[in-house]
Amino acid sequence: MTHTINVNVNGVAHEAQVEPRVLLVHFLRDDLRLTGTHIGCDTSQCGACTVLVDGISSKSCTMFAVQADGREVTTIEGLAKNGELHPLQEAFREEHGLQCGFCTPGVILSVYDFLQHNSKPNEEEIRHALEGNYCRCTGYHNIVKAVQKAAE
Amino acid sequence: MSKYIGASVKRKEDGRFITGRGRYTDDIVLPNMTHAYIVRSPHAHAKIKSINVDQAKAQPGVVAIFTGKDMEADGVGSVPNGWQIGEDMKEPPHPPLAVGKVRHVGDGVAVVIAEDRYAAKDAAELVEVDYEILPAVTDGAKAMEKGAPALHDEAPDNVSFVWELGDKDAADNALKNSHRTTKLEIVNQRLIANAIEPRSAIGDYDAGRDELTLYTSSQNPHLIRLLMCAFVLGIPEHKVRIISPDVGGGFGSKICHYPEEIIMSWATRKIERPIKWTAERSESYLTDAHGRDHHTTAEMGFDKDGNILGLRVNTVANLGAYLSTLAGGIPTWLYGTLLAGQYKTKSIYVQVTGVFTNTTPVDAYRGAGRPEATYVIERLMDTAAREMNMDPAELRRKNFIAPDAFPYQTPVVMQYDSGNYEPALDKALQMINYKKLREEQKQARDQGRLLGIGFSAYIEACGIAPSKVAGAIGLRAGLYEGASVRVHPTGKVMVYTGSHSHGQGHETTFAQVAADGFGISIDDVEVVHGDTAQIPFGMGTYGSRSIAVGGNAIYKAIEKIKEKAKKIAAHKLEASADDLEFADGSWTVKGTDKSVTFAEVALIAYVPHDYPEDLEPGLEDNAFWDPKNFTFPFGTHICSVEIDPDTGKVKILKYVAVDDVGNVINPMIVDGQLHGGIAQGAGQVLWEEAVYDDSGQLLTGTMMDYAIPKADDLPSFEIDRTTTPCPDNPLGVKGAGEAGTIASTACIANAVIDAVAHLGVKDLQMPFTPQRVWNAIHGNGNR
Repeated sequence: MTHTINVNVNGVAHEAQVEPRVLLVHFLRDDLRLTGTHIGCDTSQCGACTVLVDGISSKSCTMFAVQADGREVTTIEGLAKNGELHPLQEAFREEHGLQCGFCTPGVILSVYDFLQHNSKPNEEEIRHALEGNYCRCTGYHNIVKAVQKAAE
Repeated sequence: MSKYIGASVKRKEDGRFITGRGRYTDDIVLPNMTHAYIVRSPHAHAKIKSINVDQAKAQPGVVAIFTGKDMEADGVGSVPNGWQIGEDMKEPPHPPLAVGKVRHVGDGVAVVIAEDRYAAKDAAELVEVDYEILPAVTDGAKAMEKGAPALHDEAPDNVSFVWELGDKDAADNALKNSHRTTKLEIVNQRLIANAIEPRSAIGDYDAGRDELTLYTSSQNPHLIRLLMCAFVLGIPEHKVRIISPDVGGGFGSKICHYPEEIIMSWATRKIERPIKWTAERSESYLTDAHGRDHHTTAEMGFDKDGNILGLRVNTVANLGAYLSTLAGGIPTWLYGTLLAGQYKTKSIYVQVTGVFTNTTPVDAYRGAGRPEATYVIERLMDTAAREMNMDPAELRRKNFIAPDAFPYQTPVVMQYDSGNYEPALDKALQMINYKKLREEQKQARDQGRLLGIGFSAYIEACGIAPSKVAGAIGLRAGLYEGASVRVHPTGKVMVYTGSHSHGQGHETTFAQVAADGFGISIDDVEVVHGDTAQIPFGMGTYGSRSIAVGGNAIYKAIEKIKEKAKKIAAHKLEASADDLEFADGSWTVKGTDKSVTFAEVALIAYVPHDYPEDLEPGLEDNAFWDPKNFTFPFGTHICSVEIDPDTGKVKILKYVAVDDVGNVINPMIVDGQLHGGIAQGAGQVLWEEAVYDDSGQLLTGTMMDYAIPKADDLPSFEIDRTTTPCPDNPLGVKGAGEAGTIASTACIANAVIDAVAHLGVKDLQMPFTPQRVWNAIHGNGNR
């Protein structure tokens, strides 16, 4: 049995038939071929699958695609506008805030949401905001610097 | 002239990663692709009495189901062991899917192939396996006890090998004649690498051409091809292409040749459709090679002035259920040979016993053997200093190998290339403001606060080499690296490297070497890695070998090309090649203004209208670099920690690292490698541990149970360097990928113990969780 859903992803309207059990992350990756959103764990700990749902950072492995019906989703592919990188994307490159890059889309989108609510965070606040994202490469040192830079 | 080498050039690869355009294995979709789910054993040790797949096969969307017997009947070989430790080593077979018996939770039993991942998983639940459960053993020492359950008929005592190195009598005598000895029992607990990208493999067989392509999240595609072709499937290498595209971290866990790579490669030939398998995280915990797992007793003897006289080490290394690719070499050759550390220890003897248990196979994890060695030595040094009432910095300084003693031959095989240990120590002491910190510690204690300072003066061995040494110590592979450099007619350059990048930034670092070599813009260089069809041969990335071995192979290829280019330039300039000099991307006739640029030479190389007969068109070359020795980076890390006496929680207050990795191509990237390494070492000290219950169930089987450090758990690190170039390679580089982990584990552990030693705590075993530390403070033992 499938359901019809209407989801706006990165400004593009999609109508799709999905099984009710299909996770949003699988819908984005397998059906829409937006593979920038990654899967790192089964338990919503790693944050690699973080996207924005109606502007709020959400773990797309903890949501069914049917729950996104009628909502707006932004993935990492939708962050750059008119060929211009988002300042967060620029800052991650400038400050070497990524290595293998696998966790990076999720980190960027969760920080995107955080900076909407706290535009001038200190180091402690940034570290706390990254609670939902694992990075195994950078030791977080340069991720913190990248967020500080983007906030400037 | 260096324009790029030594500069913090921003990474070329970042563009695709920050926009979601990376291409990891699981991102790849092939036409007509199927999906695999592997049925895995829920038991640690059991006989497989029967497997019934009838009901599963009848499920919608199921394409095929295979078991270990199907693979066996087809002549598929065992997952190979790549490193022989002694002639008596027991190497029991490791079928890609278990046949007859399972030996750890997660051992694969059957593979279900279906039209999509949901259908495959649904059907897998209906595969009926009848097990006869056998008693299990998970602890290395217990597995050697009489009456312990035996895993393999070939090793009834569960021992794969007993390995020793050094002069036992000399070490025994040195310890007997020591003024005092320091003895520790050390558990280097089992860890799980936790690359954030789970492993993935896609097998794609082209029946028309009889060619197999395997996409796999591997650190060394060429080595996987070699192992799979030569030892497992018996198909020739020219019919097999391995692609490791973007890989989301490896940390050693993606070195080894895994059963899933074999299963997908074999099964795609059976069904003649592409098959994708991607691990779920819980599957990663059960099947990614684990790391460490040593149980060690170590004794160090000193004379009355604090000079080290001897070291004796006995280690039981838990290898898990099967021999993973490099399993034997890590607790032996990569561990025992590093036990001299930075010190002029006269006599060293080490014995290591490799043991099978009903746990996931163990292989490399960041540092692989070297962090374990450093942990033994540096814990002993801090403990000895405390026992002798000496300053730990001064005890180290007293025993350092002198800067004029290099190359330095240790009593355990290694000949250190170059080193100068005191400046790194001095710089670190200065950075942490050591004197003031010790005063603060005193004051803190008076106020009932628990402040600790820890040291780690480490040595690392990078770029395992040369091949003849590798062969002599039982490694079933050479340890050179391959590179190919192709100059296009427009002057753009392709660099093909056998090293593999999974976060280390090779596309930038190697491009820096090539851009400076040819005097061109870095934008005109493209680095290609991870594809056996494009790259002549390579050995991959592990053991911090990429720049030390791979980078020098590229350098050598560039030098060969420049020799040829010089002849072309001489022809163009109508001069003798001997009269030309190369600078800033142009060849100039000495003492004149006659010159030709690299781009012009590149064009002429492919448009050879007026060539003389002896000048060959084209401009590309291959090179292999087989180093003459390992490289030996070193450094001193110091940190301060504070422990909350009410909870036992450890907070790292300040962490300073002074590393000497030889010449540095890209400081930004090297710093990044160190940051990540330090964090992983911190993870081992404070939180991480793979825990099994007595029946062999992995209790830390999800990210909710296995504690990886989060941003909130760590401070920012203060990093500096000294530079002692490697004398054995033209770039003068040593390697930096693992240094952070090698140093930080001992450093942070020593700091924690320093914080509580005055309360009578003599020792603690990792991880120093709040509960363990609190219990230690309150005299309740280690747990």
